[in-house]
Amino acid sequence: MAKVKGAVTIDDARCKGCDLCVVACPTDVLGLHPNEVNDRGYHFAYVVNPDACIGCASCALVCPDACIEVYRVVEK
Amino acid sequence: MSAQDIIKEENKVYARPELLTDAITHYCPGCSHGVVHKLVAEVVADLGIENRTVGVAPVGCAVFAYNYIDVDWVEAAHGRAPAVATALSRLNPGNVVFTYQGDGDLAAIGTAETIHAANRGENIVIIFINNAIYGMTGGQMAPTTLLGQKTATTPYGRTAELNGYPIKISDLLAQLDGTCYVTRQAVHTPAAVRKAKSAIRKAFENAMAKKGTSIVEVVSTCNSGWKMSPEKANEWMAQYLTEKYPLGDLKNL
Repeated sequence: MAKVKGAVTIDDARCKGCDLCVVACPTDVLGLHPNEVNDRGYHFAYVVNPDACIGCASCALVCPDACIEVYRVVEK
Repeated sequence: MSAQDIIKEENKVYARPELLTDAITHYCPGCSHGVVHKLVAEVVADLGIENRTVGVAPVGCAVFAYNYIDVDWVEAAHGRAPAVATALSRLNPGNVVFTYQGDGDLAAIGTAETIHAANRGENIVIIFINNAIYGMTGGQMAPTTLLGQKTATTPYGRTAELNGYPIKISDLLAQLDGTCYVTRQAVHTPAAVRKAKSAIRKAFENAMAKKGTSIVEVVSTCNSGWKMSPEKANEWMAQYLTEKYPLGDLKNL
């Protein structure tokens, strides 16, 4: 069976750390950065567990600030 | 396969909509406005009407919507967006005109304009963000606030004796002969976002086909006004707000 692999990029300067992408992700790929903040003082989202990403774009769909881009490949 | 191998232009499945400008929105973290802006930008680009789309911005949190979506905009006086949209659509029938209004703008001060524009069957799209509170001014009671809901002006909860009942404006508009499509959507989950996008697309197609007024109500959150985290606000909305404002099509001709 073909395996779907995904990856996301997050524009962390634009991210407001609302946590909605973290909640929406079915495979727990994302998290909010516990220590670092961006220029506006938000704990931005980052990829905690890149191998689990399936490229479903759920995070990007619910992101109010459109800071997530999603990539997907099907491994044959 | 590592992330670097996957992150290539040909593998991109979701990108930031091109019609969104680079400006960072002034909305609070987790605000539903951002998602709806994104959907409008995607739909307008998908339909290829970016050169003839005119938005009418409201007064409310979305007052700066013209800074965020790269189409033509007019800023209307408080509540008067459907009246301005009427002029824009009648004087230039080639325009695809939409208004973007909150519940304070559409269901309180602008009730008359909204109802009469819909009753005349103006060929416009009305996008109605219903978060049951006045977000911009600091979380006061709106006509759509639920009974028992605590706001800055109803600190003990809204009561029917003192404040009246929440208004279901989309149900009212669905009764009018001028409307062709009235739907209520939400953007709290990925599935809901997809449904909301197809509803907004249908509304724009109706406006292009001159079928009458289309209203897309988006039941939204105001986590700052509700004093909740964005995640909790979504849960509260799904539990209580959609009980009073059930999702789905109210009219689809």
